[in-house]
Amino acid sequence: MTTTSGNEITAVLSDFLTRHRERVVTEWAASPFFQFTGNDADQAASDAAEVLGGLHRVIEAGEHDTPTGEGFVAIRGLLGALAAQHNANGRLGARTAAEISGLKSPLLRLWQEDDLPAAQVTPGAVVLSGAVDTLRLVLLDSALNAGMDTIANQREQLTELSTPVIKLWEGVLAIPLIGTLDSMRSQVATESLLQAIADQQARVAILDITGVPAVDTMVAQHLLKTAMAARLMGAECVISGIRPQIANTMVQLGIDLGEMATRARLADAFAYALSRLGLEVVPVPAGTGGGR
Amino acid sequence: MADLPIVELDGVLLVTVQGELLDASVAALQQELPERVIAANARGVLIDISVVDIVDSFLARALHDTAAMVALLAAQTVVVGMRPAVAITLVELGLTLPGLRTALSVRDGLALLRGDSGQVRADSR
Repeated sequence: MTTTSGNEITAVLSDFLTRHRERVVTEWAASPFFQFTGNDADQAASDAAEVLGGLHRVIEAGEHDTPTGEGFVAIRGLLGALAAQHNANGRLGARTAAEISGLKSPLLRLWQEDDLPAAQVTPGAVVLSGAVDTLRLVLLDSALNAGMDTIANQREQLTELSTPVIKLWEGVLAIPLIGTLDSMRSQVATESLLQAIADQQARVAILDITGVPAVDTMVAQHLLKTAMAARLMGAECVISGIRPQIANTMVQLGIDLGEMATRARLADAFAYALSRLGLEVVPVPAGTGGGR
Repeated sequence: MADLPIVELDGVLLVTVQGELLDASVAALQQELPERVIAANARGVLIDISVVDIVDSFLARALHDTAAMVALLAAQTVVVGMRPAVAITLVELGLTLPGLRTALSVRDGLALLRGDSGQVRADSR
């Protein structure tokens, strides 16, 4: 295909799209891609018209293979919103992408029904088909970006949901560590624990790892650093909630917690903490205060 | 702020580090403190660093050296009131002050020197 004929095809296609605009929009608006968004018929028709407008512009500009083409960029926001609506209705990406391919057949059928010189039919069909394929790429791309935004938001929420420092007794703090500890979360946990030690003058801090699914060398390193920092401040750290398989893994990995006290359960660690403070729990003698 | 005040309390010397620790004040402290330990026949030295918010290897070394000198005179050193940020920084720098005893406050430090329970030793690694 020479440049001249390419330009000719572009002109013919542009003319074709202008002539059949109404019919294409009507057929598209009735197609699954625009129907399953949950919008009413008018909205579907206006969305379809906007998408067709974008497609028209990229074909005129000869950019039907370029996802960053100006016409595609203009409808990115709309496509992202449509994809999000599909997602919200429980229709996942691959199905949505298949449905956008369904926009191809009305175009190609009308193109073939048009009485055109035989030499133009195939190249024109290739361009139309390519444009819809690129449209699909743009759709997936914008849907993916929307997904990335969601992930970033959730990561932020996860950090906010980070571990609270609990006062168990005068001078005894506990921090229940939950979930996988990445470096950012462990830093936040360490800082809030040390600050609480300073604020409440706590002599013993319990790091409870019952909710930590796995302890690797990095998590162990973090626990050790927290314990050392607490010791420099004049407090002591106890680790509790070491499950049998975690104890196993830690030994296999050669993790040495040094002099750090460890206990199997939080209750044991609390008892140890009380003993470090010179306190002990004793049963109340019978008949004195059981009924309070 | 060249000189660090040394206060004697019931057989214990209390040194309060104020603001940034300067070379000159550390040198003066390391000269004066052993004399005061002997003069007072002190059994312990409390170094209060609760107002120190800038820390580096110099501070760590000053604390370590001072504690070593005091130990030669058969007295114990307890560093009290280290701030969280200072503690984190020292650990990140790998300066865990092996063997140095620590306490949360001057009160806890005094209790520690009296031999009460609840004392905490800095990690020895």
